[in-house]
Amino acid sequence: MKKNLKYNLIWLAIMIAGYIIINVLEFAGIMGQFAETTLVLIGINIILATGLNLIIGFSGQFSLGHAGFMAIGAYVCALITTAIPNALGMLLGLIAGAVFSGVVALVVGIPTLRLNGDYLAIATMGVAEIIRIILNNLKITNGPAGLYNIPMLATWPVVYLLVCITTIIIVNFIHSRDGRAVMSVREDEIAAESMGVNITKWKVIAFVVGAATAAIGGALHANYIQTIAPTDFGIMESINILIIVVLGGIGSITGTFVAAVVLGLLDMILQNFGTLRMVLYSLALILIMVFKPSGLLGTWELSIRRLFTRKSKTKGDA
Amino acid sequence: MSLLDVKDLTKNFGGLTAVSGVTMHLEDNELVALIGPNGAGKTTLFNLLTGVIPPSEGTVSLQTDQGLQVLNKKKPYQVAQAGLARTFQNIRLFKDLSVLDNVLIAMTAKHKESFVSSILRLPSYYKKEVEMREEAIELLKIFDMQDKLDNLARNLPYGEQRRLEIVRALATKPKILFLDEPAAGMNPEETADLTRLIRQIQNEFHITVLLIEHDMSLVMNVAERIYVLEYGQLIAEGTPAEIQKNERVIKAYLGGES
Ligand SMILES: Nc1ncnc2c1ncn2[C@@H]1O[C@H](COP(=O)(O)OP(=O)(O)OP(=O)(O)O)[C@@H](O)[C@H]1O
Ligand SMILES: [Mg+2]
Repeated sequence: MKKNLKYNLIWLAIMIAGYIIINVLEFAGIMGQFAETTLVLIGINIILATGLNLIIGFSGQFSLGHAGFMAIGAYVCALITTAIPNALGMLLGLIAGAVFSGVVALVVGIPTLRLNGDYLAIATMGVAEIIRIILNNLKITNGPAGLYNIPMLATWPVVYLLVCITTIIIVNFIHSRDGRAVMSVREDEIAAESMGVNITKWKVIAFVVGAATAAIGGALHANYIQTIAPTDFGIMESINILIIVVLGGIGSITGTFVAAVVLGLLDMILQNFGTLRMVLYSLALILIMVFKPSGLLGTWELSIRRLFTRKSKTKGDA
Repeated sequence: MSLLDVKDLTKNFGGLTAVSGVTMHLEDNELVALIGPNGAGKTTLFNLLTGVIPPSEGTVSLQTDQGLQVLNKKKPYQVAQAGLARTFQNIRLFKDLSVLDNVLIAMTAKHKESFVSSILRLPSYYKKEVEMREEAIELLKIFDMQDKLDNLARNLPYGEQRRLEIVRALATKPKILFLDEPAAGMNPEETADLTRLIRQIQNEFHITVLLIEHDMSLVMNVAERIYVLEYGQLIAEGTPAEIQKNERVIKAYLGGES
């Protein structure tokens, strides 16, 4: 019991240390505005992709509709923060966006999650498209022009904090009894059901939690970029998030982190290459898929516990 | 009153009647075998009993503490929670999960946890986790697999994969255990070992076992009662001695040459 507390405290320390290091770098002038933008975008991508990895990598349901849930979070939070342009508005916007998105996921998840593989992918893509078209036609969302002058409330400490919170929630969920049930659904639905696992329930829960996470990512996107339009949340955005998951390793949250950082940096470095950037970016993806189809990290996860037990084991051997 | 009562159970696949009007019963703590030629409908009958596929006709009812429970309209997970557990003829383990996780998942349904306490990692979460782990290891010990906790199921040798399936089914704390050809692909030594284990768990856990098996030495050795299925119909029922003398059974097995 004490040990578990120790590992949790170590993770907490790492999170706080990360925050301090980035602050110091910024203070010392090593990190400029440009680097901070990169950092924020990486953070948002991490949030979006960990949620999608929960759905695809852990519950085994292939969703191509992540951008739709991201859009819900973005619009809900943008509207609320425009009305209440302060931290409270941001908090309300985040919660309302996540809840709204979760409810939509629940409603569409129950019928669609019965579908398998490609069919589910197409159905979720359709759901995202419907969300986009609704946003395109509503008055409150200002149609195709979208929303602008959204208050800049997603400062990088806010993004950093939310990366930590969503990661803790998702990782703890995956590594709990519930998470094991979710993974059994991915492994073999018939066997899982025969062991007493309510597979529909767990598929829907993973889908809802993933959608709520996407909404948080969307909310941060809206309040950082400050303008949003329905076209920002098309199929290409869903695919961009999917690329991070696949590249990092389907079923590895650590991999999602690594991939989001690598792609973010690649994007930044290639900024000066103009149109060549997209070619190089795509080429990098193709090369990784050819040489490491399971993604950069496969299903490997960083574990403090494992590091410690390995150390004590080698000590014992000596 | 029997523990499990099956009445007129029938399954049609299009024009094919895979299981036809099967009426049978299982008593508390008995070991029964289900035998029959290839394609007789044995696995289909298991799928019907465990809710994996719905029957075309007939009923399955289980005697529980809360009275008689009709199972044939229930989902497989509800049937499992009611106390019917099974293994699969073509092994269906959670291949990319560890041996321990395979067993823990089967225990999950009986150890409900609130979303909040697993996210916040309250002390009660860890306490339950330790208990479950110990319970799982105890079960694995019976099958001599306690040293393989962290192995991925897919990396186990074939015989151990079959044994892990039995452990996983036992972990659901069943009243009735359905074993679909547990000795398939095992050598005589492994089969003898398995025979002993099946007897042991039946006594130790006080459960009823229904066993599909082609290995007649195993069947005649362990079964108290035998049902014989041919072309989806039960053609005989009785003790091993009775079944060995039964004309229809001999005919079915020799292909109608007698
Ligand atoms: N899902 C299905 N759809 C159509 N036909 C099926 C289906 N499942 C089984 N069958 C057919 O039902 C019959 C009984 O099959 P089943 O697998 O139950 O036999 P079995 O007694 O278990 O045979 P074996 O000893 O080879 O395992 C076979 O003719 C099989 O082809
Ligand atoms: Mg069979």
